[in-house]
Amino acid sequence: MATVKKVSAIKNNPKHLLGIQNLSIIEAKNILNEAKTFIKLNRSSSKKLDILRGKTQINLFFEPSTRTQSSFDLAGKRLGADVMSMNMGNSALKKGETLIDTAMTLNAMHPDIIVIRHQDSGAPNLLSQKVNCTVINAGDGRREHPTQALLDALTIINRKGNIEGLKIAICGDILHSRVARSNIYLMNMLGAEVNVIAPKTLMPVAVEKLGVKAFTDMKKGLDGCDIVMMLRLQNERMQGSFLPSKREYYEFFGLTPEKLKLAKKDALLMHPGPMNRGVEIDTKLADDINVSLVKEQVELGVAVRMACLKLYCK
Amino acid sequence: MEKILTNVRIIDPSQKIDEIGNIIIDEKGKIKSIGKKTKPSDASKKAEKIDLKGNIAIPGIVDMKAFVGEPGFEYKENFRTLSQAALAGGVTSIVTMPNTKPVIDNVSMVDFIIRRGRDKAKVNLYPCAAITRQLEGQQMSEFGLLKERGIIGFSDVNKTIQNTELMSRIMNYASDLDTLIMQHAEDYELAKNSCINEGEVATRLGLQGVSDIAERIIIERDLSLLSEFPCRYHINQISSKNSLKVIEKNKSNGIRFSTGVSINNLSLNENDIGEFRTFLKLSPPLRTEDDRLSLIDGIKKDLIDVIVSDHTPEDEESKRLPFAQAATGSIGIETLLPLSLELYHNKSLTLEKIIKCLTINPAKILKINKGTLKKGSDADICVFDLEEPWMVKAEELKSKSKNTAVENRKLQGKVKMTFLNGEVVYSN
Repeated sequence: MATVKKVSAIKNNPKHLLGIQNLSIIEAKNILNEAKTFIKLNRSSSKKLDILRGKTQINLFFEPSTRTQSSFDLAGKRLGADVMSMNMGNSALKKGETLIDTAMTLNAMHPDIIVIRHQDSGAPNLLSQKVNCTVINAGDGRREHPTQALLDALTIINRKGNIEGLKIAICGDILHSRVARSNIYLMNMLGAEVNVIAPKTLMPVAVEKLGVKAFTDMKKGLDGCDIVMMLRLQNERMQGSFLPSKREYYEFFGLTPEKLKLAKKDALLMHPGPMNRGVEIDTKLADDINVSLVKEQVELGVAVRMACLKLYCK
Repeated sequence: MEKILTNVRIIDPSQKIDEIGNIIIDEKGKIKSIGKKTKPSDASKKAEKIDLKGNIAIPGIVDMKAFVGEPGFEYKENFRTLSQAALAGGVTSIVTMPNTKPVIDNVSMVDFIIRRGRDKAKVNLYPCAAITRQLEGQQMSEFGLLKERGIIGFSDVNKTIQNTELMSRIMNYASDLDTLIMQHAEDYELAKNSCINEGEVATRLGLQGVSDIAERIIIERDLSLLSEFPCRYHINQISSKNSLKVIEKNKSNGIRFSTGVSINNLSLNENDIGEFRTFLKLSPPLRTEDDRLSLIDGIKKDLIDVIVSDHTPEDEESKRLPFAQAATGSIGIETLLPLSLELYHNKSLTLEKIIKCLTINPAKILKINKGTLKKGSDADICVFDLEEPWMVKAEELKSKSKNTAVENRKLQGKVKMTFLNGEVVYSN
């Protein structure tokens, strides 16, 4: 009897999407399969569904964001949810309100989903312990950005058919990047081989233990890669000197057409945006539709977020 | 009235005894006679007889690092709650930290806390004052005047003197006054914004880590200075294997100093933080299992002299925040002995060694007449059942704040009775 009780207790708890680390491979594939069904819909002229009709979605953004926030905004609306976006900036903090206070206030309004972005790692985990609704992580500190990794995976699958057996290079500011971490976990889970490439000062300690090979030389790191994921140099997270100069960084770690040739012939380029053109990526390369998947990433982002909202809101 | 404690196993490292016997306490609350040769018939006929039922008696524990909220943080802890928690843990002497509001860095504050402690606490209190005014690391406190008023030693608590020149002057000045300087070893620049050990766990949690170099570099610096300016110098808490190597090298070179470790760093490692358990956000941080094991080894080799509780009460609001923003520290004075006994039960350390680090060693460093049950000393005694199993429940702990790092931990060994100056001040 006791076990039966336990199961029902779990069922009543809302499920959260806090990170790829908490996902099973079945859950990840489930989201990706679900997302595929939305790609076509998003390209059609009538994009509205009523799957989430009557549900309330709050986008709680403590950090500025353009694409992630608008992507979640659209995703919710296309599924028929009532979406409210709140840009917290520093306003709540200035008034002395803690994350928990804000969460409790919003919780009292009975939302069904809270999508949160926060500058502190672990903030979505904390939030999920205190509210009665589903929490979806839209990026926390330098820890995880699960929907970005899922949309990256969907983009790759869309082009290459499969992720298993591919070799993927993630290059740039790995240390400060939640996108890198989520992608490392997800690509590994889906059977890819992952290389990370960064100057030593931007490489997290013990990164190999996450299941990657670490390189400081782009020549070696890009060798034989099918996908090259460039990361933004996160100047706003850098306190103190990590690099001598942007010029030197571009020289050694910026992606140019020449360096891309070190990877496989049909290698494709990805970037989570926003890009620092001329810092981590050659500007022409970024716009080259033959190799760059950047626009597709943004497009499929909406589909992935629709899938997450649908699956986690039930 | 005289008391006779019978049927007791006495462990007192200061006299190198571990034997079954009796203890007689005279009417002034001093040890009159102790040991296997002490017979119940040695006590006066009127003596109160207390049967300790085969439990172990050790000198009352001396905790070299605890925070009492008064003044300024009474909502976290006060003298009354701290002393209740201490006595329930067999701790009878406490060195209190000066990071109160206002900071204990002048004589009028010392008078206040000594008076307040005397009135409200049923435990021996040894207040520490700040090494530098306002704990700012700029200007020395009045060591001489403060010492005259009864300050036991000086500590900037979890702050470190960064300025090397100032540190050298502090040592130089303190040596003349024979005052104890207790340093928290952490380089600020290396530790900037950090909240956890640097390594895989920090990388996974996306938190700013701090390497043990931040600790080691200050210890190396201070021990170099100490060779020029010998003074009574104590490293509050170390956390890593690499720090121990430096300590070992310097001890073998004849440099004299002492070292402490928090029970947390002996009982937990960084993996226990799990998914952002802020009660395990500590300073120095929990490090790897390898570090933890080496600290135990450090105690075995006498490189570490003292185990402290690092009792740091924090209210829920300060802890219910994202990890990076949450307050640092956990309570621990009540669980200090039971957690230490875990190291005996899992065969890490001998009972004698553990008790030494909790009693006579800190007393010697502090130069106080405590931590011993020698004839004539104050009858501060901790009586515990070595085997009794129990589980830590935060709400059952006596501290005003409930931020224990070992919630739900199953422990073996429980304090049954605490004596202060011969009086029973705690029993269960």
